[in-house]
Amino acid sequence: MTNILAIALAAVLTNNVILAQFYGICPFLGVSKKVDTASGMGMAVIFVMGIASAVTWVVNNLVLIPLGLDYMRTVAFILVIATLVQFVEMFMMKSMPALYSSLGIFLPLITTNCAVLGAALVNNQNGYNFIESVVYGVTSGIGFLLVIVLFASIRERLEFAEPPKCFEGFPLALVTASLMAIAFLGFSGLKIW
Amino acid sequence: MTVSEQIKGGLITNNPVLVQLIGMCPTLATSTSLTNGIGMGLSATAVLVCSNIVISLLRKIIPSKIRIAAYITIIAGFVTIIDLLLQAFIPSLAASLGLFIPLIVVNCIILGRAEAFASKNSVVPSAIDGLFMGLGFTLTLVILSVIRELLGAGTILGGAITVFSSPATIMILPAGGFLTLGCVIAVVQKLSKKGE
Repeated sequence: MTNILAIALAAVLTNNVILAQFYGICPFLGVSKKVDTASGMGMAVIFVMGIASAVTWVVNNLVLIPLGLDYMRTVAFILVIATLVQFVEMFMMKSMPALYSSLGIFLPLITTNCAVLGAALVNNQNGYNFIESVVYGVTSGIGFLLVIVLFASIRERLEFAEPPKCFEGFPLALVTASLMAIAFLGFSGLKIW
Repeated sequence: MTVSEQIKGGLITNNPVLVQLIGMCPTLATSTSLTNGIGMGLSATAVLVCSNIVISLLRKIIPSKIRIAAYITIIAGFVTIIDLLLQAFIPSLAASLGLFIPLIVVNCIILGRAEAFASKNSVVPSAIDGLFMGLGFTLTLVILSVIRELLGAGTILGGAITVFSSPATIMILPAGGFLTLGCVIAVVQKLSKKGE
């Protein structure tokens, strides 16, 4: 139990997926202009990362390792994730139209979100069991949601700021992200006993 | 488009990171030292050249509906080759780049060039495009990693040259990565405004 709590705490705060590990920077910078789109993206990422961690664990431990195919891991994982995203999209469209209308447009983007493949590879590298993998996937997604929503709300206010011309847009966003990363360094002493 | 235009585009005017603003994750994560930056840049360049050649050769065979999946499979194949080669011949670099080698698969620069260039052009221009887009990416990584390594560790090339002994460690932490990239892009925007 402590083990799982430690994984969760690290994934959300101390070793945050965006600000400490640099996974998923593209959506972090791309869809963070408004809080509602940012939270939609965050929700979709939690959902996909949770399912992808579970499925890639099964593929890795029940198919690739027994067959001695672990050198094919990268190819297998990315294909599993791409197919999975497609399935999730179709399933959502049919059975959860309300959820689909709010998250649907973000789903195709998630295939190339390196946080999802990153989480699958981290699970394998750290030798997590099934439960730990799912917890790591979901809590990394929560870490992503937390940071992208905070970042989007800062960017909404920055709309009214007047930075030097050359800092407008992307550079200002990156400097903001840098300050947030410094703030998150404050969590680094946190431990669970 | 002539070759010299392609060279200039890839390296400067259409630089994947500094102008197109794609491929941020590996740029930020591996620019902590010059060795890592060059290693990452050249690995991605190798994958980009190979995948552009193969995708360009197959561009008339791949049905357009499943093209993205096909591109990702081709790219993943080359990434696996590079990953295994690095582990076999340069294990220290493979260890320090870690998961960012397999993550070249989801580097938007590679899929972006496949979709925007290799799927519409013949083999030779696609190979040249891959090479110079890759070198443009490497150039950016070199600029960022020299700044970050110099300020953050006080060295160049992992201790080969020590410049000063009380570095600002924050520059090689993630915060310094965001800050350096933000400032470099601001300088690029300033210069490109001047050029107009």
